[in-house]
Amino acid sequence: MKQIAQALFAAAVAFVVADSAVAATLDTVKQRGVLNCGSNGQLPGFGLPDSQGNWTGLDVDFCRAIAAAILNDASKVKFVPLTAANRFAALQTGDVDVLARNTTWTLSRDAQGLNPTGINYYDGQGFIVRKALKVNSALELNDAAICVQQGTTTELNLADYFRANRMRLKTVTFATLDEAVKAYETSRCDAFTTDASGLYSTRLKLAKADDHVVLPEIISKEPLAPFVRQGDDQWFDIVKWVHFAMINAEELNVTKANVDEQMKSENPEIRRLLGTENNFGEQLGLTKDWAYRIVKLVGNYGEVFERNVGQGSPLKITRGLNALWTKGGIQYAPPIR
Amino acid sequence: MARPWESAPGVPFYRDPKYRSIALQIGLCAALGYLAYVAIQTAAENLARSHVASGFGFWNVVAGFDISQTLIAYSPQTSTYGRAFWVGLLNTLVVAALGIVFATILGFTIGVARLSKNFLVERLATCYVELIRNVPLLLQLLFWYNAVLKALPEFAASFVLPGGVLLNNRGLFMPRPLFTEDTYLLAVLALAVLLAVVFNKIAGRSTGFWGAIGVRAAITLLIVVALPVAVFILAGVPVEFDYPQVGRFNVRGGLEVLPEFVALLLGLVVYTAAFIAEVVRAGLMSVSRGQTEAAQALGLTRLQTLRLIVIPQAMRVIIPPLTNQYLNLTKNSSLAVAIGYPDLVQIFTGTVANQTNQPVEVVVITMLVYLSFSLITSLVMNLYNARYALVER
Repeated sequence: MKQIAQALFAAAVAFVVADSAVAATLDTVKQRGVLNCGSNGQLPGFGLPDSQGNWTGLDVDFCRAIAAAILNDASKVKFVPLTAANRFAALQTGDVDVLARNTTWTLSRDAQGLNPTGINYYDGQGFIVRKALKVNSALELNDAAICVQQGTTTELNLADYFRANRMRLKTVTFATLDEAVKAYETSRCDAFTTDASGLYSTRLKLAKADDHVVLPEIISKEPLAPFVRQGDDQWFDIVKWVHFAMINAEELNVTKANVDEQMKSENPEIRRLLGTENNFGEQLGLTKDWAYRIVKLVGNYGEVFERNVGQGSPLKITRGLNALWTKGGIQYAPPIR
Repeated sequence: MARPWESAPGVPFYRDPKYRSIALQIGLCAALGYLAYVAIQTAAENLARSHVASGFGFWNVVAGFDISQTLIAYSPQTSTYGRAFWVGLLNTLVVAALGIVFATILGFTIGVARLSKNFLVERLATCYVELIRNVPLLLQLLFWYNAVLKALPEFAASFVLPGGVLLNNRGLFMPRPLFTEDTYLLAVLALAVLLAVVFNKIAGRSTGFWGAIGVRAAITLLIVVALPVAVFILAGVPVEFDYPQVGRFNVRGGLEVLPEFVALLLGLVVYTAAFIAEVVRAGLMSVSRGQTEAAQALGLTRLQTLRLIVIPQAMRVIIPPLTNQYLNLTKNSSLAVAIGYPDLVQIFTGTVANQTNQPVEVVVITMLVYLSFSLITSLVMNLYNARYALVER
């Protein structure tokens, strides 16, 4: 249903002249005083408004960090809920300045007018099954019926995985996540598949969460990245470096709580990050204290992670690949210098 | 004598209504053409500027996603988006065709029941029509889907029906007959149908025993059913069955009917039948009572009156709105997307548009398909209507 409306929407927007796509995004945002951020709106931990309309999530905080760096106010963000199907059209027509909506970085997306700005969550696709089935591995799912949401890389990975392992598959495809989960819950399917981060939040939504188990296999690489439009290099750089600044801040142990203290630090790396030495922020078209603002108003990457999806959240996802490179993960940022 | 292409004397051409209307129509056509041109140009420019691919090159690219119901061979590994399109098209066609047949049968039954003299029957039919017509189809589909799913046992507790038939919430699984020599069986069947038609033509002229409708129907049935069956048995029953095999999670092999399909078909049939019933009732009521009385005065039986007098006249009123209902049913089948049935819209404007990131091309193709469906249905029904229409001199 929705899917169709979105396809039509996407087809319709193609006929509308989009001027905003041409102007420099940084100037537009400064002038507007608000950052337009394409968000999920349905995924706990990544992007979800609460009953008062306050948005929370890893991707949401990323947009807040951009707003903090540019406008010195983390609340100057307008979150635009987008679906899997209409997200790219919204970015390409200039409806949003940045798309931070747990979107997988793939070649075709990169090539077709979009620029991923850096991986803010390393995810992978997994399965959830009923414990009663006594399945311990995804490799035992030969012949199983599997519910999946359409319009995502998930659908393709699923077919690939079963083919690679010479297993037979019965897919039941639904337009929205909620419908797919509901069908799984009525046991129309043996398993439900989506990105692992999504599985944890799905499990929390199920009536009896303890009757279901997430299988250990991760069958695909899902590097989730914020995206910007092609053709505005300055904007691309800014969004990219907001992410790097958050990672560098974590690496240098600059936190929301100690950032004011750290301003007095003698460590040259911290001094360069916080703008007490040199003018790196100005080179990006921002202010010297851009990274200070990000950490002060939003936090470093680790803080944002733990608050939204980690131990400080109901999802309790471990850092895993998303730990810093110094701590066994692969989150790594180029140096500020 | 005034020539038709010349204005009346003394009237300049720009005040002549004839020229004016022609000029106006040319102007309108030009404006519409220009509008379409500008829209297409703008779309092309916008797509190019946002680096979105265009064209139909995706048609031959491997699709890579699985589809739950495929009437033609399809595999995610090797089949293309074009193939996925045909799979979706056939899935839409099969549900629309079966829907039209069943909705017509149910609709005619209810329509006749609405005119019944039996109070209970008449009331029940009225309740049906009022209830079904006034609830949105999408809600009904969701109801049927959940009703169908919830009512059926889980896979582990499948109903086992006689003849190797299994029923559970994954679907209905039946043995699939594999005819080892199916070509000549089809030939025999075709021959039987031909014989039946010829018999009917000849017997139809007779007013005696052979011309009686009951006798003709019985003999037709005998020819069409008994002849192929006899040949089939004489040939030593050349058939094998592919029985559904129970696996760990699912049933493998056999003929499979998905619950999504059943729910969609049920929803469409029940919904459309309510409208058809009203169309039929209107048609029957449009034939004046005097016609029936006159027929009975001539000594025609009730059945003959209905068949020879009432129905042919009622059909003139019934067919045009019935066509509309058929078109509606076909188009409504696209609501399948809500309940996970892989129809054209779900596969094509859902998954394919998304994976290829070419919504413009995909939506245009889908629109053309539904347009052709509707035009073909209209054409067939118009031809049928022409047979029944009042011949005026």
